[in-house]
Amino acid sequence: MSKNKSVGMKKKFTIWTLLIYIFLILFAITTIYPMLWVVQNSFKTSNDIMSNSFALPTTLLWDNFKTAIVKMNIFKGYANSLIISGSVVLFAVFFGSLASYILARFHFRGQKFIKTLVIGSLLIPIFATILPVFRMLLSWKMIDTHRGVILPQIANNLPFTIMLLTSFMETIPLELEEAAIVEGGNTWQVFSRIIMPISKPAVATTATFAFLWSYNDLFTSLIIIRSKGKFPINRLLNEISSQYGTDYGLLCAVIVLIIIPVLTVYMLAQNQIVEGMTAGAIKG
Amino acid sequence: MRGSKRSKLLIIILFLSPALIFLVVFMFYPFIMNFINSFYKSDGFIESTFIGLDNYRRLINDDTIKIAVKNTYEIMLYVCLFEVGIAIILATMVDSITKGQKFFRTVYFFPIVISATAIGMMFKLVYSYDVGLLNTLMESLGQERRNWITVKSAVKMVSIPIVWQYIGFYFIIILTAIKQIPKDLYESAYLDGINGFTKTIYITLPLIRNVIITCLILAINGVLKVFDMVLVITEGGPLNQSQILGLYMYKKAFADNAFGYAASISVLIVVLGLLTIFIVNKIFKKETITY
Repeated sequence: MSKNKSVGMKKKFTIWTLLIYIFLILFAITTIYPMLWVVQNSFKTSNDIMSNSFALPTTLLWDNFKTAIVKMNIFKGYANSLIISGSVVLFAVFFGSLASYILARFHFRGQKFIKTLVIGSLLIPIFATILPVFRMLLSWKMIDTHRGVILPQIANNLPFTIMLLTSFMETIPLELEEAAIVEGGNTWQVFSRIIMPISKPAVATTATFAFLWSYNDLFTSLIIIRSKGKFPINRLLNEISSQYGTDYGLLCAVIVLIIIPVLTVYMLAQNQIVEGMTAGAIKG
Repeated sequence: MRGSKRSKLLIIILFLSPALIFLVVFMFYPFIMNFINSFYKSDGFIESTFIGLDNYRRLINDDTIKIAVKNTYEIMLYVCLFEVGIAIILATMVDSITKGQKFFRTVYFFPIVISATAIGMMFKLVYSYDVGLLNTLMESLGQERRNWITVKSAVKMVSIPIVWQYIGFYFIIILTAIKQIPKDLYESAYLDGINGFTKTIYITLPLIRNVIITCLILAINGVLKVFDMVLVITEGGPLNQSQILGLYMYKKAFADNAFGYAASISVLIVVLGLLTIFIVNKIFKKETITY
């Protein structure tokens, strides 16, 4: 992206460029500094934070993290989040790719209708479905279960997954499949051995998104999960803040613990995320 | 594709049905049911009686709804002006520099991956009276500490993190669009003596007009989904002054057990969403510029 793109005009380092850099860096600070502020305060006691929240911690106080991990059961929260987000990613991406393959490659009556339906469902806000979903889950005895969060989340992730994967699969050259069919491959083999491996970048993008959405979601678990032992991590944060609202050091530590996994995913899949986001958004 | 018609149909059904079943059961069916439920008085369980338009009558007379709708549009205004506005400024700036583009892309985007819950919590601490970043800053500048979230300021204070979190998203989309503009267009403009700021105004912006409209639609649509941020920072308070539709619906349904009324609120959310997008489209989508 940062290739030299001087187009006939000389790039001189002028005052103007300097001002641009200063502005860009100042804005970068506004996105990073609040985070750093939370991190540095996570190592302090509430009293220290109150006396000066700007000061760097003099000693690294790990107590807040210890409390968060032991008393607040953060690891249990991680595990619950992993079960929920893991299942959502797996099923949303698998079912999504199956459907996308058909929508990208097969021609049949009603295809356009189904496509419109899928894209249209992007416009359905969760508020417009959650009450009947809650009732259904209630009658299936799935309130306060992980399945109760997983199932609707799979559905909520499918429209975006299908939209992105379909547009990607449409760009795969047909010849590749034709060769496999001539050699006697059936549809499943074509799908699993040719289409899926080629679609890896798009699949990785949708998987990352599904993970982030599910991991970051508070709304669904707020409504469906009731017992503390089953709380995914975001729900736990919400709970801790209402219970220990004045223990600022602890709150900072919990925020840090919640952000670490997403930041790790972001750092690892950064290009994927950024590019996938644009691809999905512009085509949509 | 080869194979007989029947086996082809079978494959289509087999591959499509898992996703379709999920969409029908958890999206389309509840969507329709929600609409139907809005005509019932219901406590959420078995009891429900048909009351026609009563929920909607209640909606019109509910003062909190008025505040929530007003807040929604106020936040939309901020989002269009500042979220998309700052994103455009940042994108043109980053496009004009040669070194560090990747750094800025990474940094600006990063708040998006963090949950609104965590960001909300962070800003709640930033605004906090005792320890907040803002009050510490004020003190070091020799000013008085103050309460940042008041009846008057509540909506603005929750808008700041909402706007802040997604600037990077629109920045990336707009930057990508700018980079897709053919370079020779700039070259001829350069020969005509158009450069710098004028170049942005007269060439870049008109060419990415459609992308900006897409951004506006996405941003406006995003405001109707705001929930976590307000729940965490103010819970809609003080005195409902920062109430928004989603949160109010949640409260009506799960705190007051007014499922039918909550359903009519969510119908309002859908209607407002469609209406706003329709209007934005009508206003902006006049002609498209191609290159």
